[in-house]
Amino acid sequence: MSGNKGSYYLPAPSHWPVVGSLALLLLTGGFVMKINHVNMGGSTMIAGAIVLIYMLFGWFGTVVRESESGMYNKQVDKSFRMAMTWFIFSEVLFFTAFFGALFYARVISIPGLGSGDTMSQLWPHFVASWPTHVAGEDKIVSGPGSTQMFTPMHAWGIPAINTLILLTSGATLTWAHWGLLKNNRSQLIIGLIATVALAFSFIFLQAFEYHHAYTELGLTLGAGIYGATFFMLTGFHGFHVMLGTTMLVVILFRSMKGHFKPESHFGFEGAAWYWHFVDVVWLLLFVFVYWL
Amino acid sequence: MEHGHDHHPSGIMRWVTTTNHKDIGSLYLWFSLCMFFFAGTLALGIRLELFQPGMQFMQPQTFNQLTTLHGLIMVFGAIMPAFVGFANWQIPLMIGAPDMALPRLNNWSFWLLPVAATLLVTSFFVPGGPIAGGWTLYPPLYMQNGISGDMTIFAVHILGMSSILGSINIIVTIMNMRAPGMTYMKMPLFVWTWFITAYLLIAVMPVLAGAVTMMLTDRHFDTHFFDASGGGDPVMFQHIFWFFGHPEVYIMILPAFGIVSSIIPTFARKPLFGYTSMVYATASIAILSMVVWAHHMYTVGMPVTAQLYFMYATMLIAVPTGVKVFNWLATMWQGAMTFETPMLFSIGFVALFTLGGFTGIVLAMVPVDVQLQDSYYVVAHFHYVLVSGSLFTLFAGAYYWLPKWTGHMYDEKLGKLHFWLSMIGFNLTFFPQHFLGLAGMPRRIPDYALQFADFNRMSSIGAFIFGTTQLIFVYVVIKCIRGGAPAGDKPWEGADTLEWTVPSPAPYHTFETPPVVK
Amino acid sequence: MMSSLIKKIGGGLVMAMISLFAHAEHQINFPAPVTEIGRQVYDLHIITMWIIVGIAVVVYGAMFWSLLKHRKSVGYKPATFSHSTALEIIWTTIPFIILIAMAYPATKSVIAMKDTSNADMTVKVTGYQWKWEYDYQQDGFKFMSVLSTPRDQIEGKEAKGADYLLEVDNPMVVPVNKKVRVLLTANDVIHAWWMPEFGVKQDAIPGFIRDTWFKVEKPGTYRGQCAELCGKDHGFMPIVVVAKEQADYDKWVAEQKAKAAAAADTGKDRSKEELVAAGEKIYAANCAGCHQPHGEGMPPVFPALAGSKIVNGPAAGQIDIVMNGKPGTAMPAFAKQMSDGDVAAVITFTRNSWGNKAGDVVQASEIKASRK
Ligand code: HEA
Ligand code: HEA
Ligand code: HEC
Ligand code: CUA
Ligand SMILES: [Cu+2]
Repeated sequence: MSGNKGSYYLPAPSHWPVVGSLALLLLTGGFVMKINHVNMGGSTMIAGAIVLIYMLFGWFGTVVRESESGMYNKQVDKSFRMAMTWFIFSEVLFFTAFFGALFYARVISIPGLGSGDTMSQLWPHFVASWPTHVAGEDKIVSGPGSTQMFTPMHAWGIPAINTLILLTSGATLTWAHWGLLKNNRSQLIIGLIATVALAFSFIFLQAFEYHHAYTELGLTLGAGIYGATFFMLTGFHGFHVMLGTTMLVVILFRSMKGHFKPESHFGFEGAAWYWHFVDVVWLLLFVFVYWL
Repeated sequence: MEHGHDHHPSGIMRWVTTTNHKDIGSLYLWFSLCMFFFAGTLALGIRLELFQPGMQFMQPQTFNQLTTLHGLIMVFGAIMPAFVGFANWQIPLMIGAPDMALPRLNNWSFWLLPVAATLLVTSFFVPGGPIAGGWTLYPPLYMQNGISGDMTIFAVHILGMSSILGSINIIVTIMNMRAPGMTYMKMPLFVWTWFITAYLLIAVMPVLAGAVTMMLTDRHFDTHFFDASGGGDPVMFQHIFWFFGHPEVYIMILPAFGIVSSIIPTFARKPLFGYTSMVYATASIAILSMVVWAHHMYTVGMPVTAQLYFMYATMLIAVPTGVKVFNWLATMWQGAMTFETPMLFSIGFVALFTLGGFTGIVLAMVPVDVQLQDSYYVVAHFHYVLVSGSLFTLFAGAYYWLPKWTGHMYDEKLGKLHFWLSMIGFNLTFFPQHFLGLAGMPRRIPDYALQFADFNRMSSIGAFIFGTTQLIFVYVVIKCIRGGAPAGDKPWEGADTLEWTVPSPAPYHTFETPPVVK
Repeated sequence: MMSSLIKKIGGGLVMAMISLFAHAEHQINFPAPVTEIGRQVYDLHIITMWIIVGIAVVVYGAMFWSLLKHRKSVGYKPATFSHSTALEIIWTTIPFIILIAMAYPATKSVIAMKDTSNADMTVKVTGYQWKWEYDYQQDGFKFMSVLSTPRDQIEGKEAKGADYLLEVDNPMVVPVNKKVRVLLTANDVIHAWWMPEFGVKQDAIPGFIRDTWFKVEKPGTYRGQCAELCGKDHGFMPIVVVAKEQADYDKWVAEQKAKAAAAADTGKDRSKEELVAAGEKIYAANCAGCHQPHGEGMPPVFPALAGSKIVNGPAAGQIDIVMNGKPGTAMPAFAKQMSDGDVAAVITFTRNSWGNKAGDVVQASEIKASRK
């Protein structure tokens, strides 16, 4: 280890990054093959996923070991915190692109398609509204050039319940954090278990909602710009919930193994920040995708 | 300063597994040099076909593929990684840090690039060939690409990941690893410009990733983001793309400003003029750059108010950029200048970048741009800012720091030759393109009307001169690595930043005990 | 020595910029404008260039002075100053004021450019891969406009004509001194309608209508090109507008109306020879771009029609793909672009050429029936 000479921990050479690159090459290459119906696409993807999981275990395992054996000083800890903050910032902008698409569709493209020369020359039957509409008929159609019909998602059913679930999970997570700060291990673990349970119920309800959308509402990815933005935003959020849940499960196991100290627990906090971020995004989704 | 004596793997595994900022910096630089030659060769293909009217060497579709890949690879494969390479080498040396803050992540940021490059380069061999719709990826044309369309989308995702991880690392290093006494306002300007660039990258790369993700679902999963029949809009893609794309062009120029701001004071033997205003100007450029994107879209048919807003905001960027240019001039003013190769390239930069900036202002004026948009005038504009802007400073920086990196002086005579031939070749290639654009030649066309023949011939000849000249650079670099006059700790009389306090070549590990800054 | 070289090059650049409008030849400046907007744009460009030359003289002047005088080799001792608030305020405010001076006339032109109200006539223009359709909706006729430069000229087998790549079979025709409003849209991908002499460029976006306008002051033939990358033959998609005196224009409209009426009459069947002869021309104009002049295609993207299963199969199958296109591929739907007679002719031609042996004849009436 080369870390002990200076004051800052510098890791030894590591093969994990290049393993990760290999995983991504297989994963993306396989995916491209699969969606273009090239043989072996699926199996290449699976190979990629396996390598990726191997890499994640290996890399994070190393970091956890180094952390637990006290190799990280305050300054290293600060680097991790800053890095996590900036990472979350980049995620915010990722979501911004999709929210941008939603606002653009509602404020610019739909009104544009349903007015002026664009309407009279090209889409004479289109009425601008959200969700999308067609003139003279009381039906919701996927778009001005489409005949696919759907029912939009209602905000005050499952989505409202999910909002409550996520808000509660934010609270239980904070409660667990208080436990950690007081070095009350059982409060920490119970709080985390509750949070993980809530996270799973959110995922379950979301899956149920998708099933409902596809089988009963006719609301699919193909349901025009409404369906596209609906699934892109909720789906991308759902993907982040799954990532966050994985992080929570990992810190739950680490807590049960006795990791984290009241004065240093970046792993816990990183996951917690991420979870709160996912929470806040959901609130925006609830307002702009489901409600308004 | 103690020398590195810890064991690290040797041979290829040293480079694959390295966590050392200098190794990683070198990897970035070599990678970008290869990509520069690859994309440059594609450009020569373009110039070959455009040498005279008529179709001589390729199918029109092949021509479009060359243009597209040339643009994409120059931007993402050559210029950006080269600047990250400089950041890796120089930032720790300039702020007195032992390494980057997150060395393993640093390794990954680099090793993601070959994956993306593989996806791009192998797209030459899939059915239908590589993408052909321009580096701006506009739908619905993008939908007509074959399998390479998907490969490129994932390449962009991975490039984005690499940039974001690399930028997080740079920001954290700057915020958390400065030597005691190195306050923000004492940081060398190169560090400052990268600090701000990294922020821009983290802010806009995810947006591009979002845009291409929507393209992917439009292509394969039945969504209608960019298709009017489903309520979407192709122009929406352009807004999202340019929200990334405009900051992107400043991402490629701000670090260049930083390099020039290091070199000019050194060879003028006089402190940088207006350090504080340089910092504020850089920040203003970055902030402004995020609110001017639609100046690439004056002809899509926006409302008058939007056009006027984007015109005013864009023109405003001339003010902070002007401040920078004037500061460089004031630094040279009453200095005691000498003209070694780094200084020559820096002066070339100031002169020609300014010219490119001027044509930018011409383009910013809506009525004039309506004439010039998608013409060769635009091609001339952006090669002035990108080639004699970004690329020239990369050369300047390379000559400036090669003695520190290798311990040897490079061949000054050949360096100067490289500069002068580049200067001639470059202007011969791109100056006539202004006239082509004014006279009405559209860009991205494989064949043209007879009235454009003369200037195109000039331009093609220039391109071959410029291209061949770059071989000199490679020769000089290799020669310098293999030997040459010893450089000493501080080969440049006027230099005063921290990297010149360590031996040359810079030892594998530097600043393990932080230096104290005044 | 060095600096004198720099000076020469820099000076050369400035001179080149000055010569740019000192003798404003067609080659190095905008072509002479023939509309009010075009003139405004032209003047704005000239003003901007002069302002920039002024700034350039100051910037490069200071730079070269310093490069010449303040060099170590002439024994210059470096000064030590590193800032001056007064100077910095000056060189922040002066550019700002210059920019306002430039923005003012630009704003006026933008507002004028975008004002499409009170037009005398309207033409709907649609971009297709790779041709333009001009629809004179008020007069009830429309036509396609395709590059007419022979392939042999492009491939260098024949000398290139004066209007190489800038000539079409059917130009757009407009009356002079009338405000013509153009509605633009596209059928497949984005194109852009660019007429340098009019000061007009407007993207044509599929699914949306955008508009622009011009009022030509001088009769003549004006040439432009598609300005937005639209695929393979983007470089081969010119625009030609002929401006005529009102009387000549009216005559032209009458001719077009008569032609349209004749084409609409699909009543009588034509012989195989007539259909093949007509189809060959239509094929060259509409299909050869992708499927190549001899039907050999460019696999894998553009299938060969010579020997194609569909072309040699039942006529209904081919009618379907030609009329409706194939979504998700480049194969366009021709139902809206072509008259029944033309579709019939081109299908008959492909089914009887290049060794294809379907041998049958498809009549306009069959196409009409397929439209339901
Ligand atoms: C390094 C990259 C870089 C940089 C720095 C710039 C800088 C600028 N660019 Fe450029 N630009 C590109 C790269 C860059 N650009 C690329 C790649 C494209 C094409 C993309 C594509 O379509 O493929 C493009 C296209 C482009 C367009 C769209 C053209 C079109 O397609 O229609 C416009 C329009 O406004 C524009 C404007 C500007 C302006 C106003 C600046 C300003 O920042 C310049 C400011 C600098 C100066 C003005 C000089 C110094 C100032 C002074 C000495 C002060 C005094 C001056 C005055 C008062 C005028 N650029
Ligand atoms: C980012 C930086 C960058 C750089 C450095 C360059 C460098 C060059 N570019 Fe550019 N270019 C772009 C970015 C860049 N470009 C972009 C973004 C586009 C728009 C793409 C689009 O429209 O989508 C573009 C488009 C573009 C066009 C317009 C194409 C079109 O519209 O159809 C042209 C045409 O002349 C061109 C030419 C060149 C040339 C001659 C060089 C030269 O400077 C290259 C010099 C380098 C070499 C030549 C390689 C090194 C040398 C050898 C390999 C040795 C062998 C030499 C010989 C055999 C002689 N480029
Ligand atoms: C813009 C390019 C383009 C143009 C113009 C074009 N086609 Fe096509 N055509 C295609 C493509 C691409 C396909 C392949 C579709 C697929 O993948 O099935 C195709 C398929 C066909 C087929 C089916 C061939 C087969 O064996 O699958 C026929 C017949 C055909 N075109 C006829 C025509 C005719 C007739 C015209 C002119 C009136 C024409 N095409 C113009 C692109 C074009
Ligand atoms: Cu149509 Cu380019
Ligand atoms: Cu821009």
